[in-house]
Amino acid sequence: MKIRLFGTATIAALAFGLPAVAQTPIKIGFVSTFSGPQAAIGEDMRRSVELAKEHLGGKMGGVPFEIIYEDDQFKPDVGKARSEKLVQQDKVNVIAGYIWSNVLLASLKSVTDEGDTILISSNAGPSQIAGELCNKHFFSTSWNNDQTPMAMGQYLQEKGVKSLYLMAGNYAAGKDMLAGVKRTFKGEIKGEDLTKWPDQLDFSAELAKIRAAKPDGIFIFYPGAHGVQFLQQYVQAGLKGQIPLYQVFSIDAITLPQQKELALGTLGAQEWVNDLPNDANKKYVADFKKKHGVYPSYYGAQSYDSIMLIASAAEALKGDLSNKDKVRAEMKKANFKSLRGDFKYNTNQFPIQNFYIQEAVKDPEGMMTVKTIATAVKDGRDPYYEKCPMK
Amino acid sequence: MDYLLLQMLNGVQLGLLMFLLAAGLTLTFGIMDLVNLAHGSLYMMGAYIAWTLIGWTDSFVLGALLALPATFLLGIVVEAVVMRRLYVRDHLEQVLATFGLILFFNELVRVIWGPAGKSIAVPAFLNRTVEILPGVPYPAYRFAIIVVGAVVAVLLAWLVARTRIGMLIRAGASNRRMIGALGINIELLFSLVFGLGAVFAGLAGLMAAPLTSVKIGMGDDILILAFVIIVIGGIGSIKGAFVAAMVVGQIDIVGRAFLPDLLKTFLSASAASSAAPAISQVLIYVVMAGVLVWRPTGLFGQRT
Repeated sequence: MKIRLFGTATIAALAFGLPAVAQTPIKIGFVSTFSGPQAAIGEDMRRSVELAKEHLGGKMGGVPFEIIYEDDQFKPDVGKARSEKLVQQDKVNVIAGYIWSNVLLASLKSVTDEGDTILISSNAGPSQIAGELCNKHFFSTSWNNDQTPMAMGQYLQEKGVKSLYLMAGNYAAGKDMLAGVKRTFKGEIKGEDLTKWPDQLDFSAELAKIRAAKPDGIFIFYPGAHGVQFLQQYVQAGLKGQIPLYQVFSIDAITLPQQKELALGTLGAQEWVNDLPNDANKKYVADFKKKHGVYPSYYGAQSYDSIMLIASAAEALKGDLSNKDKVRAEMKKANFKSLRGDFKYNTNQFPIQNFYIQEAVKDPEGMMTVKTIATAVKDGRDPYYEKCPMK
Repeated sequence: MDYLLLQMLNGVQLGLLMFLLAAGLTLTFGIMDLVNLAHGSLYMMGAYIAWTLIGWTDSFVLGALLALPATFLLGIVVEAVVMRRLYVRDHLEQVLATFGLILFFNELVRVIWGPAGKSIAVPAFLNRTVEILPGVPYPAYRFAIIVVGAVVAVLLAWLVARTRIGMLIRAGASNRRMIGALGINIELLFSLVFGLGAVFAGLAGLMAAPLTSVKIGMGDDILILAFVIIVIGGIGSIKGAFVAAMVVGQIDIVGRAFLPDLLKTFLSASAASSAAPAISQVLIYVVMAGVLVWRPTGLFGQRT
């Protein structure tokens, strides 16, 4: 097999007059949502991956690389099938992407166990994978789901907020998010609704419940299109100005173009903000804005980091990603300029990192964005790593 | 008490949207004996057409008003091109053909508007609350849906009960062959009824759009509920569709507003939240089954 491959490569090199040293190009699969109401998130990730490719000059460790995008259609079964296609048919070296925890959980096994391929989550961070299901083939350039709401909860606890009403979509990530905020927020929970995900976009019944419960604040987790709907309906119900809204992943560069002024002043937590003052981030944000006229989101920044993580391993190994153990050992060093600033990997291969509190504001040009107002958590670890058998 | 009132209004608002969708469905099913699975596609097309027209006119009201004749025309064209061939076929073939129409419209939308989905903003003058009772604010846009839905329901009741066309519609619903034999232009009547159904579906779609979002397949889920409504209400009966839509709207809200808290007393929060919508869905079908046992042709259906 090896000889045949080599033979084919030689023939191809001869036929196309390529240099005699033919290197196998690195193949990266990228699974995200590129159709339907949540396609804006996938587009932001794709733009950032393309920007990373541009910044790298199309090469990792001197070897050209290509990226194969697959659309999960926001459905776990489709995401799994597309991931299998990338492993079995395209024979990619690494798969990255995954917005949704339920899609990632459905796909993980076929990629890492059956496919023996490295998977980097650019967003989803279900608690199971941080804990007992942790996997040597799995790396995260994002967070565990619990961490961001934990940062928000801690901030609200310190600010002296007495009671909260919690709402999230009823799926893997939504449950983690509410568990997370309850780990650090010790005040009264006036009510808690997990709404049907992703079908339910009408929150009238829940908003009426919130009005009756009279909490000090509302905490939500509604990514993408759902966040747009929730905020609109929260404002329409006349709750803005009466009960403050606190959020994770629900007001960001994806949703703000539609939420506009309705979002002004709303606080959220995040591990990456567009104004973090490191050089890599300044370049990324400036180039992204120049190219697309909008701000990038954390989805994009994390995807950019995923590509840079692969590139760091490829640099160290001179472009040869064939030995998986070596690739993993290099990735584990996290030896690259992350857009959030440098971080280390924990034993479960999730980052140990800071979390910031951000506020929705207007920039000097009048465009809606978020800015950092406080550091909520320094060098935060997720609450599950001790359950992970990897050391 | 305020809380109960708010939740009931939410149920009424949902019920009226469902009624608009079910009204067209019950007319085509009852009068033309046509099973139209693609009725949900007209709901979707209404929303997409409105999105485009609102963009052009820069006004929600104007865009929405222009979208109504546009969906009427679309309905007439669909009737003339596809449906007319299906009247003489049996129900299974109608189901197959109209299912094909769903796929066609979903693909058409993908080609014209792209896969990403659109959102329609609530018009500025409705982006506030109204006090329905002193100290009980309600979102103005939802209130507007209730008003529009109620006005349309009254107009439709008047049309069916007091006009010549309404008389023909009612006659058609009870005995199609006879009105044909009496020299009524059935083809024209059918076109008109189908177009009318398309307008109502389109109106429901464009009014729901700011509350949910405009996306491919948005009508497919809600269509099943619309079928349940016309079965409960009695096929061909506008009054039945109205009553059944109200009942279904209230059941849905009860399922979302009260059941989770009730279930949480003995289930975990996550299990309760998963179970409540499922139970309220089941409850809708239990009501349907109950009605069918009691009155096999639905609440207001024609006795055979």
